[in-house]
Amino acid sequence: MTFDVNKIRKDFPALEQKVYGKELVYFDNAATTLKPSVVIERLSNFYKKENSNVHRGVHFLSQEATTAMENARQYIKEFIGASSTSEIIFTKGTTESINLVASSFGKKFIEKGDEIIVSELEHHANIIPWQLLCEEKEAILKVIPVDDAGELDMEAYKNLITSRTKIVAVAHISNALGTINPIVKIIEIAHHRNVPVLIDGAQGISHKSVNVSILDCDFYAFSGHKIFAPMGIGVLYGKEKLLNEMPPYQSGGEMIKEVSFEKTTFNELPFKFEAGTPNVGGILALESALKYIKNIGIDVIESYEHELLTYATAQLKNMPEINIIGNASNKSSLISFVIKGVHHYDAGTILDKLGIAVRTGHHCAQPIMTRFGIDGTLRISFAFYNTKEEINIFVDALKTVIKMFL
Amino acid sequence: MMTIQEKANEIVDEFSIFEDWMDKYNYLIDMGKEMEPMEEESKTKQNLISGCQSQLWLTAKYDKGKIYLKADSDAIITKGIANVLIRVLNGETPDIILNYDLSFLDKIGLQEHLSPTRSNGLVSMIRQIKLYAVVFKSKYEQI
Repeated sequence: MTFDVNKIRKDFPALEQKVYGKELVYFDNAATTLKPSVVIERLSNFYKKENSNVHRGVHFLSQEATTAMENARQYIKEFIGASSTSEIIFTKGTTESINLVASSFGKKFIEKGDEIIVSELEHHANIIPWQLLCEEKEAILKVIPVDDAGELDMEAYKNLITSRTKIVAVAHISNALGTINPIVKIIEIAHHRNVPVLIDGAQGISHKSVNVSILDCDFYAFSGHKIFAPMGIGVLYGKEKLLNEMPPYQSGGEMIKEVSFEKTTFNELPFKFEAGTPNVGGILALESALKYIKNIGIDVIESYEHELLTYATAQLKNMPEINIIGNASNKSSLISFVIKGVHHYDAGTILDKLGIAVRTGHHCAQPIMTRFGIDGTLRISFAFYNTKEEINIFVDALKTVIKMFL
Repeated sequence: MMTIQEKANEIVDEFSIFEDWMDKYNYLIDMGKEMEPMEEESKTKQNLISGCQSQLWLTAKYDKGKIYLKADSDAIITKGIANVLIRVLNGETPDIILNYDLSFLDKIGLQEHLSPTRSNGLVSMIRQIKLYAVVFKSKYEQI
């Protein structure tokens, strides 16, 4: 299939709008992606025609919704290469997925003096749940350092693992720098010492082909809204054996087998971890989003986005005022940078006025900002509907910003 | 002596000559650059009004019934808006500051920077100025 970006752009109604009278240039895809019509229609159709609670009702609509939801689970299982639908847990998003593991895995496996490894480039969502767990259990949080290019120091990582290490939690792709971490190697090293690994796939899922069985990761967490699906739906993949050993995270309806005031027995996977009414509409729309992606082809997407990255990087490197933060050899379609002498908030404000949506600030990853001695950056992040023409508009806008402030 | 409303009107007039938003922002940037710099020793954690995006420092002094403010920011647009606010509020009594509604900012089209979602510290700055006014009033003036 040939990739026709102009045709693709028509699938995204949000791209048709103007902001401040200018064509919207949306370069904030690492924060959230725009939604194609098929996804919006899927969500809306659920509420128009299919709305019903799942796994409970004997009536027609409830059974239809239950079947649709479980079909979606099956599809997602195949999309990420899991071995069973028991391994696909629906959550609100990456943050909840990681919190689920920190809380439940932590309750079962973490004891005083144990060690948890994260990296210096993590999003706060993959730091704080572990930090709180360490405080609670008197465990120790260890951090893989990052070098000047924004790559993990793999030698240091090897040396961090000890007989007390209970879990390693790292990002697939850094949201602040764009670094694609060598997760295959990270998992291999941890497994060599029998340590399970959680991958924060918030940024990874929409840019890389993910097969959890080949990766052999123990957990993979991602959000729907970063892969063209609605907000409020996410997935936690976990190996069945581990999930079975872990206690429930939240409790309520749906996750039980039998309840009396003396004792409650819990439902089987994946329902044990899905207390309460699930986000059925979100789940069905997520399935639509994944089908949409699959239809274009994640490899096609990856290579097109890489073209955008290379093009934009070359343009920014030509500007002496710009300093790119994060120059890993393996990077996702995201560029974090600072303009010497211009505050990121100022630059972001003017770019906004010029119709360009970028992210400014610390990107919920303060430790990595501290590592580079800065308090924030401007970040542009591409999706496959972005174009080189938009990059040109952005570069011109950036020149205007520099002229205004310097 | 100009009243607080006259000072606000003067700023509205200054901004009204700009038709283009870019000229308006250029003027704001100039106002940020022109603002009397705050002494480094005043840029303490105590005086820091932290927004998520930019840092803003504010000091307030009470002298003979009036409040005198100083501000600084690492972001020049934030600093420019802080300057606009200070030009209007400086040298006013706690009562006037507490009762003034700052709607002149709408007229110069800067209200978007005062939205709580902007997290540039300006909303907190206004809250902090009003808090200073309450404190000075209760400390130095009979209620």
